[in-house]
Amino acid sequence: VTSFTDGEWHRLHPLTPLLRGGITFIAILGFLLYNIRDILIDIVLGGDGRNGEPLVWLYESQYFWLAVLAVLVVLGAIIVGYYLSWRMNTFRITDEVVEVRSGIVFRRNRKGRLDRIQGINIARPFLARIFGAARLEVNVAGQDANVKLDYLASASADELRREILRLASGTRVAEAQALQAAQLDDTGQPITRSAAAAHLIDQRVSELLAPELDPGLAAPESVVQMHTGRLIGSLLLSGFSVFVLLLVGGIAWGVAATGSYLFLIGVLPTLIGTGSFYITRFTRSLRYSIAGTPDGVRIGFGLLSTSNETLPPGRIHSIQVTQPLLWRASGWWEIKVNRASTSSQKGAAGQANTTILPVGNLDDVRKVLALVLPDHVDDASVALFERGMRSKGGDDGFVNSPKRARWYLWSSQRRNGFAILPGAVVLRQGAIWRQLTIVPEARMQSVAVSEGPVFRAMNLATIRVHTVAGPIAPSLSAVDRTQALRFFREVADAAISSSSADTSHRWRSGEVTP
Amino acid sequence: VTDRLDLPEVTWRRVSPRYIVVDVVGYIVFGVIMVGAGSAVAYFVSIAWLWFVVAAIAVVFAVTIALTPRRVRSIGYQLRDDDVLFRRGILYQRFVAVPYGRMQLVDINRGPLDRLLGLSELKFVTAAAATGVVIPGLAEADAEELRDRLVALAESRRAGL
Repeated sequence: VTSFTDGEWHRLHPLTPLLRGGITFIAILGFLLYNIRDILIDIVLGGDGRNGEPLVWLYESQYFWLAVLAVLVVLGAIIVGYYLSWRMNTFRITDEVVEVRSGIVFRRNRKGRLDRIQGINIARPFLARIFGAARLEVNVAGQDANVKLDYLASASADELRREILRLASGTRVAEAQALQAAQLDDTGQPITRSAAAAHLIDQRVSELLAPELDPGLAAPESVVQMHTGRLIGSLLLSGFSVFVLLLVGGIAWGVAATGSYLFLIGVLPTLIGTGSFYITRFTRSLRYSIAGTPDGVRIGFGLLSTSNETLPPGRIHSIQVTQPLLWRASGWWEIKVNRASTSSQKGAAGQANTTILPVGNLDDVRKVLALVLPDHVDDASVALFERGMRSKGGDDGFVNSPKRARWYLWSSQRRNGFAILPGAVVLRQGAIWRQLTIVPEARMQSVAVSEGPVFRAMNLATIRVHTVAGPIAPSLSAVDRTQALRFFREVADAAISSSSADTSHRWRSGEVTP
Repeated sequence: VTDRLDLPEVTWRRVSPRYIVVDVVGYIVFGVIMVGAGSAVAYFVSIAWLWFVVAAIAVVFAVTIALTPRRVRSIGYQLRDDDVLFRRGILYQRFVAVPYGRMQLVDINRGPLDRLLGLSELKFVTAAAATGVVIPGLAEADAEELRDRLVALAESRRAGL
């Protein structure tokens, strides 16, 4: 039994070079084998008439053995190279850092601090799934600052994530050991070599058929699953579909007007592209689930290639709930977040992995907000969020823009407002494209208020809350100046008190264990 | 009700008036290059209305330079117990509050003119690119003292991201 978190150096899965080389490697191998088989058949049966083929020509020429030697040398060099690169690629996990060493000639060494972990991503491309391997990526704050471990055995990737998150959470050692012992008991003996060989096929099949989200991992009431019909509907009711409809209409008109079908040839590639766009989005979002686990929010998806990511508490820097106009009738919403890291792994539907709920109804939104904002599940906050999403505006807990801002916000003046909860700032915008932005005070970097000449003449101002870069830039324009200054003062104070009380970089360190 | 953004409870620390020189010289150099390039194009292409464009550019630069003293006077900052307050701008006003615990690093930049006049520019970097707090025109010694103080403050109030 090897535990990866013993502070020693460990190696990756032995099939790593094959999986990294992927399909190309298999294709080349297949091509060679196919040709060699033909040659062998020819030798045995004495057939001819295959003179045109390069391998046959080579076989009959005087350089044949030289060529064989060259191929063997190159193959040997590649295999030795891959073997060395696998041997030299090692990683270790200590109480403070996760560290990876790689490279044969040029050595690379990368360390990620555990208390700066923003999320852990486990991806299983289809080929890797067949071999029971997985790619683990530790996202650390910053651009391109991720620590990648590709590939690991599928089961150990899950265990490693659990271990890293346990170390990162700041759980005290005594409790940790108890936890580890318990885990060993209920998972039984982690796969030994002989047992693995005996059950290999069995195990692969069951892994391939297993549900994407292990039912034992999260409390069922916290799980939000993607509804297939809703997924199809949301794809059809997107801005992209409007564009496609316009395109198709334009083509139909062109054909009807000119009587020639030449138009169709020109747009055929576009149509094929459109089809594959829809199919990719659809298959990538299938089996989508978002669930609360003890170490954070887990987002998983994928049918053939699966991927799942765990975001520890306090790693979400702002949250935005939006409703495009086309989704109004069906009452669907989308949720995006800002995060301090960028993952190389795409999110569901091939979108950026900042979209944590591609589409969901009000109930789904309620559940997801409870997962990402665990401190705001009281009735008052939930009611406020809902008013922020659906209310037409007015005096409903939000401080809204004054009537005189109507010329600027002609449709949304009544809804355009802010509310300050203990621990979070809530901004509501848009009457046609409804939008609700929530920023946890403990995560905000700074707060600003500004005013240009036009707003000054109207006694209005713009407020902004700065968070890490992402799809959301929380701001609210055309706020009454006195209210804007009040917001500025209150939020500046609240940001300080909330961040000094915040311990989420070691999210379990506050818990006292015997 | 005041008629512009203001925080009356704050006593602002202003930047050195010598910074006006730096700013004015910078704009003059930039303006001369722009107007010179524009004139050259207008002269060689010999399109009459291009001269109006050049004249407009010259006027914009003249106004900008004339307003520089006021703009520099509008820059202010205050170190409060737990955060830095910063303001700038006359036509477009902006106030920012940055908690010390949020500072990732403090930069000191000194251009050639800054060095001649013994000035420094202090830049605060947080995890958010939009924070954008840059205090120009600080006396060299002040800037370094301020940086050390800010780093110490940031260290004592360090929080996660």
